[in-house]
Amino acid sequence: MIRSELVQRVADANPDLPAKDVERLVATIFEAISAQLAAGGRVELRGFGAFSTRARDARTGRNPRTGEPVDVSAKRVPYFKPGKEMRERLNV
Amino acid sequence: MSETHTLTRADLSDVVHREIGLSRADSAATVEQVLTMMCDAMSGGQNVKISGFGTFVLRDKGERVGRNPKTGIEVPIAPRRVLTFRASNMLRDRIAEAD
Repeated sequence: MIRSELVQRVADANPDLPAKDVERLVATIFEAISAQLAAGGRVELRGFGAFSTRARDARTGRNPRTGEPVDVSAKRVPYFKPGKEMRERLNV
Repeated sequence: MSETHTLTRADLSDVVHREIGLSRADSAATVEQVLTMMCDAMSGGQNVKISGFGTFVLRDKGERVGRNPKTGIEVPIAPRRVLTFRASNMLRDRIAEAD
């Protein structure tokens, strides 16, 4: 399922809502989650899962093509842990 | 959205209420629908790809032998399906550059 299909399904379930609003609504939700992660925070959606960020140390990587060493600075990376209910639903 | 506060459904429906102008009840209901529809797609075996955000990828794991860490007894771990999230480059960059 891609973003536009998700928007379509929510629109189908809410015939009174203008399609434009549904589009914005879906965008708003993912923007709020992204902004929270960028601010170093956490997002917890019971039953669905939790979004957080994890620290990665600085390291010396290599350009895979040339083998040349490159410095990769410390950074945070996004992480998602599926909720209990979600994990169970995937395995029924 | 301070660093210490964890964002929840209530916060998401609050943002929807403010930005889209839906009633609080409708905002809460539609946020729940979005999550439910994503969850339904995944439990039906579909990956969910949200452009600009990331992809929820299902992976099938084969059966393997595990061990009860307390007793040391070997137990078979049944094949199962797990969910991983691969953030889009846009989201990765945004978080990496945030510091």
